[in-house]
Amino acid sequence: MIRVLTGIVVVLALVSGATFARSVPAGAGFSPTLVAQVPGARVTVDFWYGLTRPLGDILEGIASDFNNSQTKYRVNPAFKGAYPETMQAAIAAFRAGNAPHIVQMFEVGTATMMGAQGAVKPVYQLFKEAGVSFDPSIYLPAVRGYYSSPDGKMISMPFNSSTPITFYNKDAFRRAGLDPEKPPQTWAELRAAATRIRQTNAAPCGFTMAWPTWTNLENFSAIHDVPLATKMNGFEGMDTEMQTNSPLHVRHLQTLMDMHREGTFKYGGRDSAGDALFPSGECAIIHASSGMRARVIREARFSWGVTYLPYHDDVKGAPKNSIIGGASFWVMTSPRRTADEYKAVAEFFKFISQPEIVAKWHMETGFVPITFPGMTLVQALGYWQANPGADIPFKQLTRSRPTRNTMGLRLGNMPEIRVIFYEEWEKAFQGTQTAKQAMDAATRRGNEVLRRFERANAP
Amino acid sequence: MTKRSIFNNKVLPYVLLAPQLAITIVFFFWPAGQAVAQSLLRQNPFGTRTAFVWFENFAHVLSDDAYLQAVGNTILFSGAVILLAMGSGLLLAVTADKPIRGAGVYKTLLIWPYAVAPAVAASLWLFIFHPTIGILGRALNQVGIHWDYSLNGTQALLLVILAAAWKQVSYNFIFFLAGLQSIPRSVLEAASVDGATPRQRFWKVIFPLLSPTTFFLIVVNVIFAFFDTFGVIHSLTRGGPAKATETLIYKVYVDGVVNLDLGGSSAQSVILLLVVITLTAMQFRYIERRVHY
Repeated sequence: MIRVLTGIVVVLALVSGATFARSVPAGAGFSPTLVAQVPGARVTVDFWYGLTRPLGDILEGIASDFNNSQTKYRVNPAFKGAYPETMQAAIAAFRAGNAPHIVQMFEVGTATMMGAQGAVKPVYQLFKEAGVSFDPSIYLPAVRGYYSSPDGKMISMPFNSSTPITFYNKDAFRRAGLDPEKPPQTWAELRAAATRIRQTNAAPCGFTMAWPTWTNLENFSAIHDVPLATKMNGFEGMDTEMQTNSPLHVRHLQTLMDMHREGTFKYGGRDSAGDALFPSGECAIIHASSGMRARVIREARFSWGVTYLPYHDDVKGAPKNSIIGGASFWVMTSPRRTADEYKAVAEFFKFISQPEIVAKWHMETGFVPITFPGMTLVQALGYWQANPGADIPFKQLTRSRPTRNTMGLRLGNMPEIRVIFYEEWEKAFQGTQTAKQAMDAATRRGNEVLRRFERANAP
Repeated sequence: MTKRSIFNNKVLPYVLLAPQLAITIVFFFWPAGQAVAQSLLRQNPFGTRTAFVWFENFAHVLSDDAYLQAVGNTILFSGAVILLAMGSGLLLAVTADKPIRGAGVYKTLLIWPYAVAPAVAASLWLFIFHPTIGILGRALNQVGIHWDYSLNGTQALLLVILAAAWKQVSYNFIFFLAGLQSIPRSVLEAASVDGATPRQRFWKVIFPLLSPTTFFLIVVNVIFAFFDTFGVIHSLTRGGPAKATETLIYKVYVDGVVNLDLGGSSAQSVILLLVVITLTAMQFRYIERRVHY
């Protein structure tokens, strides 16, 4: 029976293969390659990205600026859904032998991409082979470190980086009798402010957070200079283990649980779901991505300000620099790829690393200016003077030299680990387990994910 | 034996069958075969590293607490959806079968929800029950009932059960109505003449005569609750909070597509395939015996 079925499948495959082979010369599928071979025509590279409007439009604008700046290469941008969908699309395309030249990947996919040796061409190697000069030292250390191998070689091309900061509602602060120019800097101050806001009913909700694990676990660890995982948060090897049930981590979840019970903290949901609670005026304080700035400008009907993420002032060494989020560009390999195509990718990367592009991207979107020359240009243009607080993300990222705990994260299947923390925290906020139980369970489950990643990816 | 000689040509039947067979093989057997093959492999997401691991993926899946929780969720969820969807479908059909003014309008309106795509249906429910933007959700919180399905697992499960069942009520309604209308009036009249009360008429005459329809709908509803409720869960809760609404089919998606564990996800698909084959076989073997055709 099985043999018969196999036989039928093979015959079908041959038949369909033959049909495809015959139709190929007339088909449109190969046209990019044909164009690339015609002398004088442009070398075209495909670029898949995962940013929605208006960010996606600004990104497409940068690609068309590149296309208009020269006549040899053309970058062909295509929106492939949100970051996770873009990642899935790129993986599926690679498995089918049709990977795009460049794919934009969120920061938590970094370890997965680095584990995909053979599927990805590291950017330091790309620049060397293409003979294009490139100086990685222009990038902020917190950005460069996140996307470099342990020996400091740049693997992917940084582009849109953000970091979490505090947004607060100045009108609500005034109504509560708090000084709107003195936002809370420590957790004790934040809790006092949120309590005051609730007592005076200055806002329906005191404090909330978007991206709960990114703002209050990953960045919390960096700011307090404690490890999230062993082996330098995974940079030094896949045999890393979560360190998230330390007394400080448990204490922090306990603080949040207490505030939740008091009614001064509202859990706004996973990922970006909490964002909506701030511009609507419901919550007076939020921890959110610096990239939310554009949305707050557009939607908030009250005066607002930004400040650093808070810290526990009794923790030695705090506050350190925060870590980044956002995405970087990865160069993917494919059996049919030519040296010219890689050269085109290298030229495009060189183009986007120019200070003008870096500054423009920062000023239009709220993402961080990721190079020093870009930052200098932003300053020279007077943007930070005209927009108070727009420099907070940059200052928070650069306020200390990255330590072993603040370089970034390199944990396999990080999106899955984030979901585990969401789940255990949600149970804790519902009151079905203690802070210690939640952090122990999340740490144990996180380690199971890391071990599975290690089994599937270790050399 | 005489019936077989309708086709004298030995090749023609196979040619006529070929298109359907080809579709079945290409779209069903081939992917299913690939799932079986993948379930025995350990592979990184890009497929650049592959190892044959026999049944390791199955062992991991079956010893995973989260998987066992998903089994429990699926049983509870499917049972509730099937009971609710079939019960309301039957109730509505019995009511609509009575000679009432405007019956045609009611029937049309009752059939409508079936035409709504699962994702759209879920969005409608979201705008009703979301604790901050939903009309009813806000009202509940205002009268002092603490309603927040993004944190409360029981409420989340209740919501996806309601939304999924609502989707399927129309389908059950149409079939039950057709079943009711095919019951000969003379049988019912005979029962009335014999002095049967309306209740007795329903349970002793109508319900047994409806059994072929009921049996068919049980099979269809089981398959619906197992597989077609993905859209509702994905749009409303994404399996949360804390996996409270993660059913088997949703876990296959999460582990394979989101967590990129193709081996584990394929192993779950294979298990699910076996479960549904067993369930359907059982239904045909045991329940069908009690069906009056």
